[in-house]
Amino acid sequence: MAVQNVQYIKLKIKRRDNPSSPSYWQDFHIPYRPNMNIVSALMEIRKNPVTADGQQVNPVVWECNCLEEVCGACTMLINGVPRQACAALTDKLIEKYGDRPIELAPLTKFPVIRDLMVDRTKMFDNLKRVHAWVQVDGSWTIDRGPRLSEKDQRIAYEISHCMTCGCCVEACPNYNSKSDFVGPNAIAQVRMFNLHAIGRMQADERLEALTGPGGIQDCGNSQNCKQVCPKHINLTAHIAAMNRQANAYILKSFLDK
Amino acid sequence: MEKTKVVVVGGGLAGLMSTLKIAEKQIPVDLISLVPVKRSHSVCAQGGVNAALDTKGEHDSVDQHFYDTVYGGDFLANQTPVRGLVENAPGLIYAMDRMGVQFTRTSEGLLDLRRFGGVKNKRTAFAGATTGQQLLYALDEQVRRQEVLGLVTKYENWEMIDLILDDNGVCKGVVAQDLATMEIKEFVADAVVIATGGAGMIYGRSTNSVINTGSAAAIVYKHGVPFANGEFVQIHPTAMPGDDKNRLMSESARGDGARVWTYKDGKPWYFLEERYPAYGNLVPRDIAAREIYDVCVNMGLGIDGKNQVYLDLSHLPDDYLDRRLKGIMDIYQTFHGDDPHKVPMKIFPSVHYFMGGIHVDWEHQTRIPGLFAAGECDYMYHGANRLGANSLLSAMHSGTVAGPAVVKYLGTLTKTAAESIGNNAELVVRKQQAEHDKLTKMDGKENPYKLHEEMSDIMYRNATIVRVNKNLEETDVKLQEFQERWKNINVTDMGGYSNQTVMYVRQLRGMMDLARVIVGGALRRNESRGSHYKPEFPKRDDENFLKTTLAIYNEKTGAPDFSWEEVDTSLLKPVERKY
Repeated sequence: MAVQNVQYIKLKIKRRDNPSSPSYWQDFHIPYRPNMNIVSALMEIRKNPVTADGQQVNPVVWECNCLEEVCGACTMLINGVPRQACAALTDKLIEKYGDRPIELAPLTKFPVIRDLMVDRTKMFDNLKRVHAWVQVDGSWTIDRGPRLSEKDQRIAYEISHCMTCGCCVEACPNYNSKSDFVGPNAIAQVRMFNLHAIGRMQADERLEALTGPGGIQDCGNSQNCKQVCPKHINLTAHIAAMNRQANAYILKSFLDK
Repeated sequence: MEKTKVVVVGGGLAGLMSTLKIAEKQIPVDLISLVPVKRSHSVCAQGGVNAALDTKGEHDSVDQHFYDTVYGGDFLANQTPVRGLVENAPGLIYAMDRMGVQFTRTSEGLLDLRRFGGVKNKRTAFAGATTGQQLLYALDEQVRRQEVLGLVTKYENWEMIDLILDDNGVCKGVVAQDLATMEIKEFVADAVVIATGGAGMIYGRSTNSVINTGSAAAIVYKHGVPFANGEFVQIHPTAMPGDDKNRLMSESARGDGARVWTYKDGKPWYFLEERYPAYGNLVPRDIAAREIYDVCVNMGLGIDGKNQVYLDLSHLPDDYLDRRLKGIMDIYQTFHGDDPHKVPMKIFPSVHYFMGGIHVDWEHQTRIPGLFAAGECDYMYHGANRLGANSLLSAMHSGTVAGPAVVKYLGTLTKTAAESIGNNAELVVRKQQAEHDKLTKMDGKENPYKLHEEMSDIMYRNATIVRVNKNLEETDVKLQEFQERWKNINVTDMGGYSNQTVMYVRQLRGMMDLARVIVGGALRRNESRGSHYKPEFPKRDDENFLKTTLAIYNEKTGAPDFSWEEVDTSLLKPVERKY
């Protein structure tokens, strides 16, 4: 699917040399080829790091790994939308936005390391807060695992695609450096672990975390998360399900007092 | 006195499993990984993991799994460790199930099984077509729990750049570099596990992730550990060719009913089904890849005159496909545009997996005491050709062997690492700091990314499906030219922070070393066996080549010296491999 009459793929990239230096924009023109994506366009810049106005510059730094939208590394803002750069096909972008430069910027909810590379450690730390694991006795062999209905497996399997890529928290108005909201992805993960026959045995620990500070009550129900999830995880439905579990847990805790 | 500690390098399935096994014994682990471990290449594995669970009424057995694996590997795998692999498989899958892996279920809630290549029974447990992702996440979660318990410290976005050995040549840690700050630091440890995966990036476009350069394995090789069976590189028959990478279209598609075909005389020609009536579309990968190559390149029958044939799922019901294969259907539709529910996918073989790797003993220890290797970076289980869905198994299994072997090894030590290394750690840090400073100042003429492209082009041409000695000789000469040109690289990036180009230049040097191992091994093996096919020597030659190739780095020549090691065939007598 080649786009007609396009000579260059134009990129406008927000850059920063290190965490403490100011950011600036640079334009790059890459000779057009069909079937490229943002990662392959950035790879072209590495081979010839020269801006549109002919200035020799340092190559652009970004994160990527699998290039097939399963590792979650290459999340960035592409024309303002958080998404995976590998799956952002340049032909489609040109088709949608025309010949104007495609804007690439780092995610805004995380500290920038350099150029388009950010530090998403906070997301992994949030998984610790909600006890996002099944607490097995150990990794050794015991016996067959618990049976799980196909129906529950389908719900859990959808959630288990979450790559911790950061799209949902980038789009979430309640997730920022000033709040300690765990984020939509972490809430959905709790649903998955609470569905599992062994995981369920520690459901209270997770619900305690979800009903504490920065928990599920910080969700403002803007529903942005679901729109941007590259794995099409129905985050709002999972958050609603967890709201019910959280309310039941609060009521039970109150009655048990 | 410093406490006992272990370093694990690599956070894919093998690294995480090793880490877990060691941490469960209350021994602290420093886990070093190029990427946050959840983004490791194991996520890309799709179709499933083999274990003779025998839940489909087919009388499947561990013995049959053993036979299929050894036979599929054309008898080049050492049989004792393969026996351990297949025996461990069912318990391992059940343990992963307990950890919460979202395996696809039967109507009664048990693990469903599908059929894979080179096998006649259903033996492959799976989580849709994202099995690697699901298995990796379960281990990621378990290791995160060990992190909270204080037993694991992660160093993510760090790259191992050297080993630390004591005066007796025993491994006592690694030196690694922070990919953000560029700080170079020693990680002193009583044992080290290398679990850094394959090296598909040598070929540029492959099904591998961009971190799979093999540079850690190259470092181990340059410390004198043999690289075994380097010439055995698996070409996966069905990948979607792409501008930046070839995207894997899982063998499970064929396991679940996909058919491979092209047009001949204006009519669909199901050439695998015609040529291999017993196994049909599920012949082993080396054979399917050669047949597709033959149909496209030799017969000129590729679709639209290009090097591609159809992988067709369009005759199967939508719900069935979505439940079992959604992962790959989404990838195809996202990156190609066509909907594989409706139209056949266009595929061609691609570099996929390294059967060869770091030479280890049966407990995964290398010839350097205290240095272990596990996962795709070792050479242990797959011989001349790996069966589909045995890689997730071997990655996890090797961690369950290496982890306990490390614990056992630690019990034999009389001194801590800190006591025995003297100032060796400091010296290696200083040496690598000097090396880094030198790399940052490289201001020659060669762009490293373009140089890499040239290398991968010639490797793809001459060291993949069909291998001809004349071409291999030429390639080795070319590789030496590339090694010379490497010295004239321009790093282009003058940044002192998160300088990816400098790290890449290091990795490129390692890729060149391993490329020579691949080509040299291929040149010397004058036979055809598994993935290694030479039209000049079309038959397997057990008399001369039922042997493991060992490539040992020669510091004087900078090239590999080659020798051979006997293969353990103690359990199954080699017979001709026919499908």
